[in-house]
Amino acid sequence: MTAACPACSAMSSEQINHIVESIHQSEFSIPTVHCAACISAIERGIGKLEGVTAVRVNLSMKRATVHHNGQPRIDDAILDRLVNLGFDAQPLDRKMLNKNKDDVAFGLLIRLGVSGFAAMNVMLLSVSVWAGADGATRDFLHWVSAAIALPTVAYASQPFFKNAWAALSAKRLNMDVPISLAILMAVALSLYETIHSGRHAYFDAALSLTFFLLAGRFLDHQTRAKARSAAVELSALEMPTAQRMQDGIVETVDVEKLNIGDRVLIRRGARIPVDGVVAEGRSELDMSLITGETMPHVVKIGDPVYSGTINMAAPFQVDVTQIGNGTKLAEITALVASAETLKTKYTTLADRAAQIYAPVVHLLALAAFVFWQLWTGDTRLAVGIATAVLIITCPCALGLAVPAVMTAASGRLFRSGVLIKDGSALERLVDVDTVVFDKTGTLTKGEMTVLSAPTGRALQIAASLAASSDHPQSRAILRHYGSNKLTAITDIIEHPGQGLEAKVDGRIVKLGRADWIGVSPKTDHVQSWLCIDGEQPVPFLFEDTLKDTAVATIKRLQARGLKVVMLSGDTQFATDQLALKLGVDQAIGGTLPDQKMAVVKSLGDHVLMVGDGLNDTAALASAYVSMSPATAIDAARAASDFVLIKDDLTLIDDCVSLSKSAKRRMLENFGIAAGYNAIAIPIALTGLATPLLAAVAMSASSICVSLNALRLKERS
Amino acid sequence: MSVLLYLIPISMLLGGIGLLAFFWALKSKQFDDPDGNASRILIEDEDIQSEN
Repeated sequence: MTAACPACSAMSSEQINHIVESIHQSEFSIPTVHCAACISAIERGIGKLEGVTAVRVNLSMKRATVHHNGQPRIDDAILDRLVNLGFDAQPLDRKMLNKNKDDVAFGLLIRLGVSGFAAMNVMLLSVSVWAGADGATRDFLHWVSAAIALPTVAYASQPFFKNAWAALSAKRLNMDVPISLAILMAVALSLYETIHSGRHAYFDAALSLTFFLLAGRFLDHQTRAKARSAAVELSALEMPTAQRMQDGIVETVDVEKLNIGDRVLIRRGARIPVDGVVAEGRSELDMSLITGETMPHVVKIGDPVYSGTINMAAPFQVDVTQIGNGTKLAEITALVASAETLKTKYTTLADRAAQIYAPVVHLLALAAFVFWQLWTGDTRLAVGIATAVLIITCPCALGLAVPAVMTAASGRLFRSGVLIKDGSALERLVDVDTVVFDKTGTLTKGEMTVLSAPTGRALQIAASLAASSDHPQSRAILRHYGSNKLTAITDIIEHPGQGLEAKVDGRIVKLGRADWIGVSPKTDHVQSWLCIDGEQPVPFLFEDTLKDTAVATIKRLQARGLKVVMLSGDTQFATDQLALKLGVDQAIGGTLPDQKMAVVKSLGDHVLMVGDGLNDTAALASAYVSMSPATAIDAARAASDFVLIKDDLTLIDDCVSLSKSAKRRMLENFGIAAGYNAIAIPIALTGLATPLLAAVAMSASSICVSLNALRLKERS
Repeated sequence: MSVLLYLIPISMLLGGIGLLAFFWALKSKQFDDPDGNASRILIEDEDIQSEN
């Protein structure tokens, strides 16, 4: 290092600004952004917010990066604005995203560029040789080719050499061993021939091999990187924070920083971040993500609450009793881990092909060498033929067969709103014979609608009362009432976790829980009661709303011959009622998380599980293939192979049909590759292969395979 | 034959310029958001408030 003057080594203000900016930068996932109008609406809308210095939407990743001055709560302001603009958005954890920075793709692209450049130039020179150049001209062209090919192979083919070496040191054979051998033999033989003024040099073959295989490797890497970044994006989605109360001050802290005994404020509508006991206040919790039950659960001082449940009614305070490994969430995580170890490992089509391929090729080349050596006694000829066999059988088409199809398929799924987290999931989906759905939150919206209600004046009064509350049941009554005229009410009091009280025409009216009103509740229904002073109380019964696409999806899956089963943690009664509406083949209610896992196991080896809750997580992990909607909790999404970003269940059927056509394309591609080898190998074995023939056959098969993969895209 | 002595270097040079252009595009992140760049040409200039 040279000595620098202090002024030079100090950071320029520009650099400092850059660093400050990169700290105050937030990322948002916006799955619904899809056109130029969306981009400009978001960039304009967010750009106008105070404190925001720059916005950039990335349409390919469906993300937005916002630079801002770091003022507190700016993320909330940005999210609010996005929702107002009509976009569902989720903040992403930048720490997680940065962990996923990937330089491998960059390196592969550079190598691809270099090898493409070199392959084209050497191909041009080779065309002159094939056109009839001989004598000194041919030697000259060969030498120029060697000068281009040697450094290129040394640089661009490194990924293959490294992988092959790693496999050989572990005493295994993989696809890269024959590839590396073919490239090295081709270069060595060509160099020998060039030095001895021979006729056949395979420099162009060595380079185009490198080029095609790098292309396949790059596509494969992209698909995997996309799957991995989907996984990271999902884990970055939930930034667990809690509102800690200390000396009367509320501050937002990371959940990891909480200690046992800390007091945490749970706002209305918030997800409870910890396990604890209620210290102050009274409310109702939505437990559906944990238990699958739709019935709201009342909690009061001293009651335990679990992380993952949602506060539906009033703010309350919780004393933390468990953190980290002691929580309910951690218990389920352990169950998931055990489910994953039980799962048999799936061998991908490409791996199975490679297992057969490598030994066959080596044996063929060895046999060719031994045969020609014994037959003619000419070692130069025998080595030449063995090398030609290695080059001709080199799996260009095979290396492209699966990655090209996977790229086309995952691209298409991403555009229609599905993330694939595991590349082999698409292959596994083909074998599925049973689909298991979770009920609450997966088939239903987890949103109440009125099943039966009084009419006339009673309904009007109930709706007028409900209008002053955010409670899900109140909102359901208001929706049921529609835009009819409300009546005047006064002196509204909200009793958290119990109900509403007010005065209408001087009479006291109450709307709320059965036990608060003083009547015995009807069994098996979510309900509210209206009591007008001096009159008989009347009930409102509610049910969970089915998603619009649920019935159509189940019909389509059944039409494919798949068995559809519904599982729920809710009561058997509620489950059966919904099962009748949906027409599923089997409905099982009242299941606990480990029972769900057992049911999935008992249904056979090829079960697709679709679920969203914490109670589904173990079942998702143990199923052959798993999917979860975007609304699922993070543990469920993490355990799933597919995540439906768009709230549309028919995507499940689309995935199944795409997986079938993708598998067909892969098998066709293997067929093309095998057919080409069936013709080319005998030619190479008999010693008739020339560099021209190798070049034509190799390019033709690679192009055929790529084009065949693209056919997948066109059939939508 | 002698024509090759300068034609080959020229062709390599031209190809090399193409290769460098590709590296430059890669380094300046022009492949990060192909869909977005395709759509952005449809946005009126004054619509863009901020740009990095």
